[in-house]
Amino acid sequence: MTPVDFLLGALSVNNLLLSLLGVAAGIVIGALPGLTATMAVAVLVPFTFGMNAASGLIMLGAIYMGAIYGGSYSAILLNTPGTPSAIATTFEGYPMAKRGDGDLALTLACLVSVFGGLFGAFALLLIAPPMAQFALRFGPVEYFWFAVFGLTLIASLGEESMLKSLIGCCLGLLLAMIGLAEVGGDVRFTGGTSLLLGGIDIVAALIGLYCVPVLIDLVATPKPHLETSKHGAGFRLHDAMGVILRGKFNLMRSSVIGTIVGILPGAGGSIAAIVAYAEAKRGAKEGDGWGHGNPQGIVATESANNATVGGGLIPTLVLGIPGTPVDAVILGALLVQGIRVGPSLFSEQSSVSYVFMYGLIIATLIMLPVGLLLGRYAFKLIISIPKEVLTPAVAFMTILGSFAINNDANNVVQMVLLGGIGWVLGRFGFSVTPVVLGIILESIAESGFVQAYIIGGARGSLAGEFLGNPISMVIIGLIILSVVYATIRGRKRGSVNG
Amino acid sequence: MECHITTEAAQLPRRLRAAHRTWPHLAGAVALAAACVGWVAPATAQSKFPDHTINYIIPFAPGGESDIAARLQEPFFKKYAGVTVAIQYRTGAGGATAWAQLNNMENTGYTIMGTNLPHIVLQPMQKGSGYDTDDLQNVYWFQYTPDALIVPAASPYKTLKELVDYAKKNPAKLTVGGTGTASGNQVAQVRFDKIAGIKTTYVPFKGTGAVNTALLGHHVDASWGYTTVRLGLGDQVRCLAVAMPARHPAIPDCPTFKELGYDMIGGVYRGVAVPKTTPKDIQERLSTILGQINKDPEFIKQMEKAGFSMVDVDLAGMTAFMAKMKKELVPAAQSLGLKP
Repeated sequence: MTPVDFLLGALSVNNLLLSLLGVAAGIVIGALPGLTATMAVAVLVPFTFGMNAASGLIMLGAIYMGAIYGGSYSAILLNTPGTPSAIATTFEGYPMAKRGDGDLALTLACLVSVFGGLFGAFALLLIAPPMAQFALRFGPVEYFWFAVFGLTLIASLGEESMLKSLIGCCLGLLLAMIGLAEVGGDVRFTGGTSLLLGGIDIVAALIGLYCVPVLIDLVATPKPHLETSKHGAGFRLHDAMGVILRGKFNLMRSSVIGTIVGILPGAGGSIAAIVAYAEAKRGAKEGDGWGHGNPQGIVATESANNATVGGGLIPTLVLGIPGTPVDAVILGALLVQGIRVGPSLFSEQSSVSYVFMYGLIIATLIMLPVGLLLGRYAFKLIISIPKEVLTPAVAFMTILGSFAINNDANNVVQMVLLGGIGWVLGRFGFSVTPVVLGIILESIAESGFVQAYIIGGARGSLAGEFLGNPISMVIIGLIILSVVYATIRGRKRGSVNG
Repeated sequence: MECHITTEAAQLPRRLRAAHRTWPHLAGAVALAAACVGWVAPATAQSKFPDHTINYIIPFAPGGESDIAARLQEPFFKKYAGVTVAIQYRTGAGGATAWAQLNNMENTGYTIMGTNLPHIVLQPMQKGSGYDTDDLQNVYWFQYTPDALIVPAASPYKTLKELVDYAKKNPAKLTVGGTGTASGNQVAQVRFDKIAGIKTTYVPFKGTGAVNTALLGHHVDASWGYTTVRLGLGDQVRCLAVAMPARHPAIPDCPTFKELGYDMIGGVYRGVAVPKTTPKDIQERLSTILGQINKDPEFIKQMEKAGFSMVDVDLAGMTAFMAKMKKELVPAAQSLGLKP
């Protein structure tokens, strides 16, 4: 078969319809905090058993792509990431919406999500086998250093004092240690009850830390939730294109970062978006309004997180190792369909995998009109609902969403408690993002360290294990650069002592 | 879904309705809302069990072995019980979060939960797991994934003998990956080390994906996994031996430990449990349904293709089976530093 045949296969009426439905459903699910892409895909897997393999995969891929983009809606309009991938989108998206540029932010998110999604999907189509080999170079040590690198980025993210960022980060690290450590088996900080055995759920933490303070502010201040747009009812495509053209390099760099981080199993869209954001900020001039609604932040985060979709499918399809939790579900669906993943998928059973990859590209293109329309609808909805209705509706959603994670009321309690903590932190000038980053990165850093320590011990050289390989040395170099940069910038602003 | 579908488009509206019906999260949320206002459904006649959707809770993340097996069972529930199942996930602490909550759930038989061995024997031996092995009323064990010792395709160890010889000469030098601490994989490592008289270093990972990455990237020398791991990774790995009585039909090139002279059979067993106070006749009915599904030739074919091995332990044989498993697992657990 030729590429034209694969393309025509992907373009069948069936597949187009499934893509359209998948993208639209994915966007809505992604936009609702608590309903994540993993769940959406898992719930729909049984419906793909009756379809042919390629169509089923295309629908799952479309939902996945849509959900990662949909997370930006609530991030921009409610300051609450709809999925963990959209954490960094709150940094600039919510301030933009506050000042009346919510429509621009949503249009921009759609355009760059489509670009990032296409970038990742083309990487999957064109260079998957060699890129998968790169993922294998990342062992426990590399993950440990990578997580440490992620922690150093906290210092360059926040606009508040570095000391406060670091305190917040430590709080996150401590919160993440609650529960049973999967690597090591220790039970920590549970107070002897089984309620905390499973630890803090990251989605419950996101909803609580980000959304509850917004809700309290809604009640406590007389101002409207968001400024209405000064620009009528248009999509503001012209403004958005201007932002993208000014940020061409940022867009490319973020898409590359998203694809690469996506390839690394266990890292995921949240980390990709944060790394892309930090790099965009570092590359820009001081005082460009970062943290106060700089649209380049959205260009970075939304292109990076959608690029992880294609990136994450690379190890999934080439090696049979899921790049993200969603990929694990897709891999399970493949297994049930009787499709053996591996390099052979790219040759022997090529019709399925190539039709799927072309289908993913088409689904991403469909996301452009669907996303623009749904985005405008979401914006109008949030703008036009009176505060008295919006606040209880969102409050109800936070409870529903945190319950839906696990069908477990414990997660609702966690969400409310963390929400209270988040609000108190905000009153004292702490940002919640370092806390969330600490929660996400702790488990990667801890298991990487423990495993590398055991392996190094068995091989008789701890120093060699931790320092003696090229990828580790590159990441350590990045860590040093990151710390030096943060120190210099801190000195310039005269706030190094916080 | 059991029908053969020719045009997906024609089926879509039906599927969407079905998706709506079986959406477990919303359904669960509505149930919570109902519970909040103190509304309780009138007790249904138990003679006609089951007459509506059964909630099937998986204590692990979607995409894993437990999830795949449940997804394969799903259409057969319709066939043998006449009702649908809504598969839900309640993850955390290697399953302990869900198992600790099982006895507080509704005891009508409409809530069933996946259980795993050796997890439910080993976890209660640690402090703070929140449940005892005997708290879980298992109604059926239906499959197991046999332990398998796996190396990358490019590994210097072509046979089990070569690996054992190296480990004998170099105690604790050989690194062997697996998922979790005090888990099924670590029990397999401890048991085999004892039988073979070797010492290897166990490296715990979070989940199959992570350990497979480390294995393919040669960050560990070998890994304790299951038949499903060998099938999932294909020719990128070599299975040195598998802990079953006879070779697995899907991987005939992998010898058993038994034929190589090591008396080792074991793996992770998966079954279904219900809250302890569920009426006995309902438990019997569930056990019968699961047994019927487990003997369906089409189901067996799908399960074996995915790397599972079938077992059939029904309610009648449950007490004896659990006693045997505990006897087998406790010595291994003690070598891991756990106390019964």
